[in-house]
Amino acid sequence: MSFRIPKQAREWLNRDKKINFTFEGETFTGFEGDTISSALWAAEQKVLGRSFKYHRPRGVLSLANHDINVMLTDGTDTNMRGDIVELKEGMSLNAVNTIGGVKKDKNSYIDSISPLLPVGFYYKAFHTPRRLFPFWENIIRKAAGLGVVNFNYPRILKRKQHAHCDLLVIGAGPTGLTAAYEAAQAGLEVTIIDENRHAGGSLGYNRAGDKASVEYLDDLLNKVVRHPKITLRTDAYAAGYYPDHLIPVVEAGGITKFRAKAVIVASGAFEQPPVFRYNDLPGVMLGSAAQRLIYRYSVKPFNNGIVVTANDYGYRVAIDLLDAGTKVVAVVDLRSGSNGGLHAAELYRRGIKIYPGHCVYEALATSDKSSVRGAVICAYDDKENIALAANKFTLECDGIAMSAGWAPAAALLYQAGTGMQFDYGVQQFVPNRLPEGVFAAGKVNGIYDLDQRMRDGIRAASDALRHLGHSVAPYAIEKHNGPSPSHAYPMVPHAKGKNFVDFDEDIQIKDFENAAKEGFDNIELMKRFTTVGMGPSQGKHSNMNAIRILAKIRSLPVEKIGTTTSRPFFHPTPIGHLGGRGFHPHRLTAIHDWHQAHGAVFTDIGAWKRAAYYPAANHSKEDAIQAEAMAVRKSAGIIDASSFGKIEIYGPDAAEFLERFFTGSYISQKVGSCRYVLLLDESGVVVDDGIASRLATDLFYLSIGTSNAAAVYREMQRSQQEWQLNIALVNVTGAYGAMNIAGPSAREILASLTDLDLSYESFPISHIQEAVVAGVEARVIRVAFVSDMAYELHVPMAQSQHVWNALIEAGKKHGLRPFGSDTQRLLRLEMGHHMPGIDTDGLTNPFEIGAEWAIKMDKPYFIGQRSLSILAKRPLRKQLVPFVLASNFNADMPMECNLVIDGNEIAGRVTSISYSKFIDRCIGFAFVTPAKKAVGSEFQIRTDSGSLVTATVVETPFFKNQIKSQKGA
Amino acid sequence: MKLLTCPVNGTRPLSEFIFGGEYRQAPEQNSCTDAEWAAYVHNRHGAPGDKKEWWYHSPSGTWFIAERNTLTDKVSSTYLLSQKNLNEEKAAQEAGK
Repeated sequence: MSFRIPKQAREWLNRDKKINFTFEGETFTGFEGDTISSALWAAEQKVLGRSFKYHRPRGVLSLANHDINVMLTDGTDTNMRGDIVELKEGMSLNAVNTIGGVKKDKNSYIDSISPLLPVGFYYKAFHTPRRLFPFWENIIRKAAGLGVVNFNYPRILKRKQHAHCDLLVIGAGPTGLTAAYEAAQAGLEVTIIDENRHAGGSLGYNRAGDKASVEYLDDLLNKVVRHPKITLRTDAYAAGYYPDHLIPVVEAGGITKFRAKAVIVASGAFEQPPVFRYNDLPGVMLGSAAQRLIYRYSVKPFNNGIVVTANDYGYRVAIDLLDAGTKVVAVVDLRSGSNGGLHAAELYRRGIKIYPGHCVYEALATSDKSSVRGAVICAYDDKENIALAANKFTLECDGIAMSAGWAPAAALLYQAGTGMQFDYGVQQFVPNRLPEGVFAAGKVNGIYDLDQRMRDGIRAASDALRHLGHSVAPYAIEKHNGPSPSHAYPMVPHAKGKNFVDFDEDIQIKDFENAAKEGFDNIELMKRFTTVGMGPSQGKHSNMNAIRILAKIRSLPVEKIGTTTSRPFFHPTPIGHLGGRGFHPHRLTAIHDWHQAHGAVFTDIGAWKRAAYYPAANHSKEDAIQAEAMAVRKSAGIIDASSFGKIEIYGPDAAEFLERFFTGSYISQKVGSCRYVLLLDESGVVVDDGIASRLATDLFYLSIGTSNAAAVYREMQRSQQEWQLNIALVNVTGAYGAMNIAGPSAREILASLTDLDLSYESFPISHIQEAVVAGVEARVIRVAFVSDMAYELHVPMAQSQHVWNALIEAGKKHGLRPFGSDTQRLLRLEMGHHMPGIDTDGLTNPFEIGAEWAIKMDKPYFIGQRSLSILAKRPLRKQLVPFVLASNFNADMPMECNLVIDGNEIAGRVTSISYSKFIDRCIGFAFVTPAKKAVGSEFQIRTDSGSLVTATVVETPFFKNQIKSQKGA
Repeated sequence: MKLLTCPVNGTRPLSEFIFGGEYRQAPEQNSCTDAEWAAYVHNRHGAPGDKKEWWYHSPSGTWFIAERNTLTDKVSSTYLLSQKNLNEEKAAQEAGK
């Protein structure tokens, strides 16, 4: 037994190559070029899957990538769509949504209890009592979703490519091919894409017995394929539209992001099913699906078929069925006044019975429900849209082809921002306001006649050419003339329902009526309540009918209902296509390899990888940090500070620039000295701080913290764009490596590598000197960030490893050890330095952190000055204070962001806290109310566990009494 | 992805740019009232329409002004702030002649 028919012109099969595969354990044979569905249908296997909700048997519906009830798995891929996935040798396939196979699905009982499962059932039924929900959830989760994910699925990354063209044509049907050819002839570089395996669109299958259409397509394709300016890509779908004509095109191998100068959308239309009882039985299919079976795969849809139509298209389908050897039992036309056009006359001539003004009242299933055994026909009132079932009669058949109309494949047009309006001449939404550079042609534009569609292609090409500056004459075409290709309301009500609108989610007409009764009578609400259009086909065959039904329920014209939002992706796109390589560039210092070799643990700060600490074997992070900090306090430590932001401000106005940009005073700054810089935003909030070193009257060298450096530099550039001072800004962050050697032995270690006089008298704190260190020109800065006895060396990045090695070598006998950025955080805390972004937040002003000393209010302007003048008049609301916990504190340790509690009030929060082995106390910073800011005040911190810990306000530096005087030291 | 035209580097994809907020002229800080200054610092015009905006071309470090309609997302022109100032000065001078 086989539905396979002799070779058709332009069929997609390679009959020389047979393909063996299994479906649910049974062996089948198809040809190369078959899809899974076509090969099974050829073998008269009609039950190809089970529906999502009621587990009803389903077969071929569209063969156009919305047969979502035919989803299969080969064990690796989940949810392969049988209607479009090409057959491969040795495939072993099973339908996804069954228990025990498509024929004896154990869940098929759900269909018989469907009256108990109205729309909204799950929303309502399992809402209360709450404690039972986990039980129901387990059951619902098993029922929801299709297929089982294979967690051993190999991670396959697909390439991403970029491509450019003058004109991208979406859809290689007669309209798109004509448009592409026309545009290419005028000189444009054109790419055409089509989701089908072969170009031609409806010209390939909508033949109505006309042999000429094949020759027509041959000619057109020949011209296009040979054209040097046209690239044709099939098996490729436009997944979405993004601004400025960026269109991701999905193919088996990956995504290509096309950037086009203009786009013609000639994507055609989806055939829409008429709605009648049991319109979902295997053997009931769209007319265009029957044509695809015949002409693409040379498969006869059925032996004795009925065509139910609500437009002239069904008559074309009937002729194609006859030519394929199917006996056409009858053509049933919902319309009473229509003559069916030329093809109806031919059908009369060939003796086919035509029933105008009739409908299929219901399809009748075979006893095993695997196919159709007949159809109940009755008169249809085309005005009231009701079946007149009094004189119904039954015709025997084994299949029904249905044609009721079309919905434009307008997803990309919607995404591009096209305004659509309802055209009653074609009963369809058509574009009326297109975005610049986007054009629509063919069926998606409401043009159906073949000749007219091709002229619409020429018209769209001429529009695109003019958009791109070519002088071509406008080309006008007339609107659709003649009977509407779509029926206004192809719905047959039936008291017993099961007249399906949405095949993805098993939604019937009554579900919409119930939803409206419950108040969900807006299209967006109705969609969510009924779930229409929310299945895998995303409403491609159901949204238009849903809109029509809602319009009828509300007695509104269709255009008043509106449409739901169309979003990418147009078809489901594999995650492997979307995911890609991690692409987060990071910066490494020149000494990175050394850190790695010495066991550093790295942390991400801004774009940089920084050594956080160097744990010795069997040492914890905490041990490592304390040991590194002790080295700095007792002997010496060294840190790679190459990631610090380093900016040169050069020019006669350099000091003026700093005066305006930062809060302090720089015009008076002496050459060779360093000053603290504090950056505010316009509202007076602390943004960042750093050190400005004056190397010459017209040259400042600025160093700022790692994490915010890029943003600070960017703001400097913006200010310069506004102020237009006579300066140049040079970001030398990557040009200089930096390292900070700190501790009591630092001076001695450094002295062994340079002739520079390092005595505290001639090189005091907050000064910069240029000198040769280990044979390398260096900028040496005395900053007191981690220690008063510290030297920061800035050397050319390429030489920084050399200088680092020399210092490490020279420091060996002094116990010099490297320390990381985590240790640096502890060291600066011991020093009592607060850090913007850690001890401040997006609302902190400088008065709240006690930084008044860094602000020079009496200069003409700086960023944030005016806001500070307002803030200065107001009482403080919070104050950052240094605190210690009790000595030998051994209870629940507070953490950063723990709240300061005063009675029942929140009085502040901890911003930094750490144990310091050197001081042997827990020390930190916290915001408190101004009443608590005095040294000696006590306040309470609530820990994560809820316990209250007492802290005492102290002075900084925390180790004040353990270190010699720093003044000029 | 949207395209944006840097006045120095030409048309580039949006991922190369950083948005810098609306370009607004600050009131004269020495003569304005506290309320005027607070309004400048804290209030923004949320209504869509033609806006002057700061944009930054990150790879080249170029700040420029884009005149963009925030309703249609259409950019009508981009220019360096300094160029616009020069143009305006020139126009003012010529108008004064």
